[in-house]
Amino acid sequence: MKLKDLPDENLFTQGHTACPGCGAAMSIRNTIRIFGKDTAVYVPASCAVVFGTTFPLAAWKVPFFHTAFENTGASIAGMKAAYEVKGKDVTVIGFAGDGGTYDIGLQSMSGAAERNDDVLYICLDNEAYMNTGIQRSGGTPFGAWTTTTPVGKKTQGNRTFKKNLAEIVAAHDIPYFATLSIGHPVDFIRKVEKAKSMKGFRFLHMFTPCIPGWKMDPAKTVEVTKLAVESGMWTLFEIENGEKKITYKPQKMKRVKDYLMMQGRFRHMSEEDIKKLQMWVCHKWNLNYNEKGAPGVCEIEPPEEHHGVTEEHREMHGL
Amino acid sequence: MKHVITGDHAVAIGAKLCRVEVVPAYPITPQTLIIEHIAEFVNDGEMNAKFMTMESEHSVMSAAAGASAAGARVFTATSSQGLAFMHEMVYATAPLRLPVVMVNVNRSLSSPPGIWVEYNDSMGERDSGWLQVYVEDNQEALDMVIQSYRIAEDKRVLLPIMPCLDGFVLSHTVEPVDVPDESLVDSFLSPYEPDVYLNPEQPAVIGMLMPPQYFMEMRRQTAGAVEAAKEVVVEVNREFAKVFGRDYGGLIDTYRMEDAQIALITIGTVTSTARKVVDDMRNEGKKVGIVKLRFFRPFPAEELRAALSGMGAVGVIDRSISYNGGGPIFSEVRSALYGMTMPVINHLAGIGGRDVTENLIMTMFELTLEAAKGGKVKEVIWHETRGETL
Repeated sequence: MKLKDLPDENLFTQGHTACPGCGAAMSIRNTIRIFGKDTAVYVPASCAVVFGTTFPLAAWKVPFFHTAFENTGASIAGMKAAYEVKGKDVTVIGFAGDGGTYDIGLQSMSGAAERNDDVLYICLDNEAYMNTGIQRSGGTPFGAWTTTTPVGKKTQGNRTFKKNLAEIVAAHDIPYFATLSIGHPVDFIRKVEKAKSMKGFRFLHMFTPCIPGWKMDPAKTVEVTKLAVESGMWTLFEIENGEKKITYKPQKMKRVKDYLMMQGRFRHMSEEDIKKLQMWVCHKWNLNYNEKGAPGVCEIEPPEEHHGVTEEHREMHGL
Repeated sequence: MKHVITGDHAVAIGAKLCRVEVVPAYPITPQTLIIEHIAEFVNDGEMNAKFMTMESEHSVMSAAAGASAAGARVFTATSSQGLAFMHEMVYATAPLRLPVVMVNVNRSLSSPPGIWVEYNDSMGERDSGWLQVYVEDNQEALDMVIQSYRIAEDKRVLLPIMPCLDGFVLSHTVEPVDVPDESLVDSFLSPYEPDVYLNPEQPAVIGMLMPPQYFMEMRRQTAGAVEAAKEVVVEVNREFAKVFGRDYGGLIDTYRMEDAQIALITIGTVTSTARKVVDDMRNEGKKVGIVKLRFFRPFPAEELRAALSGMGAVGVIDRSISYNGGGPIFSEVRSALYGMTMPVINHLAGIGGRDVTENLIMTMFELTLEAAKGGKVKEVIWHETRGETL
């Protein structure tokens, strides 16, 4: 499907109450446009329940279900089981946040992945618990301000690095895993379509800026997303039947600092912390994506030794 | 046809006879035999259900809710810690009006850890909107699985229901059970056809955020459905008796209450022992009887008032404690009998799986008789408990 062929009909309609520039709402809308009406959706406790289904108004034109927070994997598995036993061809999609996936929902997601249930799990990653008012999750990047990692006199922002969810999910040997960005719509459509064409447990990890949580200009959602990819803070790749492939490689990698400075959640960061994060990004890129000497900055300062514990390693992980 | 089977086996056969479509499962003693038998039925091709091996009880009830909301007839089973672990999802299921049937095999809830019968697991779900029925033997266990679908899926009710049976005393003990013919069950129970479900042809949104200006009406509807279940329970019992020849009395059952002067309220398997004791005491000329509490939700307050009218005293057996002076059934019964003047005595016994013997039940009757005569009897009695005196 080409960008211009994307169906006009929005099954997640206008009138929802998400913030202007909400990355999650854009991701949901465009995913459902590709999937069409033979789809049923589960959303755990999150902004998406509030902005899409506050009684008596609902923005969904496909069946929607919600019960709790930590149970997306099990809920979509149960829904699919019913459709299967009834002989109905319905795709079941769960849209969970990073808190609902990295943290409280990890077990439920793992169960569905391990059973290879025939469902699509989508993680809308805005890197913190935004619905409860911006608290740190396992997906929060190093240095970020949240209300539970405040910028204090002694400690500034989140001191741990973003959990490597991709490797955890991929370790279940699922048919398809991909990372997506709304700043890269051609790649986005191709991956959603690929997920749609496959059977079994498919996982799409979407990078979804949150305007109030990231303290950023609502007009810059797409720009920030693009910059995340250009700086290596988010990498577009897919793992199909165990084979990992980077689907977009920056021509010349931008510095992490350029990405950080667009967002209020990072603006307090010291030069030292920014360097730490830059090193983590380079390390991650070089180690995880099998791309020795990634373009640009990561050619300059990648840690040479990946398997031993280096001084940088110690510093990075506070050892 | 008669089979000599455990209570768990009887429950599994009940689920098969009801042609359940989705069974999310997770093991926990003493329920595990149920899901093991169902897994065998499915793998032997005797049962056409989707059997899901979940990774926790929370996920079991999440999947059950999802499958029920998508239009399937759902069955599962749990016990104790498992029920507590899925507590959040138990509460989520009822107001969404999802008629899931989940058998709870009663077992004490930690701490201290124990695997034997006690009702503090299911009593904790009292306010969830689930219906609860407690059975006395393996036959009733099987029969109540069948009746449960009729009650739960009735359009006046549409609520989940929890048939409860005593851990080990029933779950792992064999008894002769009359297993009805599939065709007879089919004539009694039609396939589940919900009006509203997650149907892409007619999309519905189930589980919306409910602001205060609408919330109370939602709660009122659930409360109304629990109340409406009372007449449905009675109707289903009557019809079941007609088709299968076994009448359980509906919300409560009574034994030798015609000219009784005092009554003991029983629940679960202690009822059978108490029947024997009543016969023995009647032979000695003591006019005692039993009211078997079958449904705890909906609670049969009016039925109890009618059955207990004119009693000199009422004894209530509780196999769990609510840490507030007495057992949960005692609190409910005393509240139901408000305005009636007879003494109500709470007999705490059998907690954590200790045997409730004939002698012990006779003691309960004697103490209740003593209270009826105006004697000084403690209101709440911990029977056969070290360090306690009567």
